Amino acid sequence: MWKKVYEWLDERLGLNDMYTNLLDRPEPTGNWWNTLGSASLFLFVMQGLTGIFLTVYYTPSPDHAYDSVQYIMEGVAFGWLIRGIHHWGATLMVIVVFIHMLRVFFTASFKYPRELTWLIGIGLLLMTLGMGFTGYLLPWNQRAFWATTVGTQIAGSVPFVGEFILKALRGGPDLSALTLQRFFSAHIWMLPAMLAGLIGVHLFLIIKHGESHFPTKED
Amino acid sequence: MSGSNELSRRDFIKVTTGIVGGLIGVAIGLPTISYLIDPALQEGGKDVWVSIGKFEDMQVGIPYPFSFTRVQVNGWERTSNSFGGYALRKSDDPKDLLILNSRCTHLACTVNWSEEAQGYLCPCHDAKFSIEGEVLDGPPPRPLDVYTDFRLTEDGLIEIFSKAG
Repeated sequence: MWKKVYEWLDERLGLNDMYTNLLDRPEPTGNWWNTLGSASLFLFVMQGLTGIFLTVYYTPSPDHAYDSVQYIMEGVAFGWLIRGIHHWGATLMVIVVFIHMLRVFFTASFKYPRELTWLIGIGLLLMTLGMGFTGYLLPWNQRAFWATTVGTQIAGSVPFVGEFILKALRGGPDLSALTLQRFFSAHIWMLPAMLAGLIGVHLFLIIKHGESHFPTKED
Repeated sequence: MSGSNELSRRDFIKVTTGIVGGLIGVAIGLPTISYLIDPALQEGGKDVWVSIGKFEDMQVGIPYPFSFTRVQVNGWERTSNSFGGYALRKSDDPKDLLILNSRCTHLACTVNWSEEAQGYLCPCHDAKFSIEGEVLDGPPPRPLDVYTDFRLTEDGLIEIFSKAG
């Protein structure tokens, strides 16, 4: 019965082909450093899921943000776990993505024909940092407030356009409800959407080109 | 390379990945379900005894007004709800009390005792209730609600049992 259902689906979706090409594809000899990309993807999915669950209770308004985070931590069953995973996962993701980049750099995996994968990877790293930056403000505690004050001030030190950048980031000259709202919007809509899209292209390129060999001494 | 009974390296990895993945899924999935449905499992406020006044201050045959507020906590927000009513003492027996809720049974406006009309009048749709809470006039579908659980404390206070919500 299930076999028939599976065969029906496979004929139309090509599940077997997908499995062979995506998960059973040939790889160069195993190397643990090559798993960091998958680890980054896993963390991204994890952050996405826990982030979605956090929005069930989190409220991005200066009146409620802090209280709602406190409520998640102390009032809701396992709120500490969901937020804990999101909190530590964020730090871990930056580290893993960065080491992933270092590995690609030191094994020279960015060379032809994988330059585009590398360039997109740089975008992914920057967006991951952007996620960290925008997410840091959301708990709306003292540390978040002043970290964002300093962070946006640094962005504002750019010559000529600094003031404009500062205002665009903050949604005005000062940190306000507008800042919190636009950081929230960037954190849950804009950056994740771009990340997801670019991750798709990144993965497509990896499947297309296959992974590079670990360089030998002769290389 | 491997016999039919032996697990190949490949299959071992597949099975291990499946098991570990499943364990992670369960370890995080179950708490997540609990996290999502938590508010539905929370009990509201607590049921408490509320003092409405001294028994000796209540005069026989004259409705004695009282009011109290209860705080309801929803998530991180606190909401105060006001309640009120009239206690009608009928004799010296502290059990012989009729304690009415002043919430109109029509659309929840607050009724007021009127000495002239000898009844409870609702300002919203001209409803009129008798001193015992029965509907005399207007749209209410049923008599005023009655606080049936009440008691006299040692200090001479009348307390009613207020349910949460």
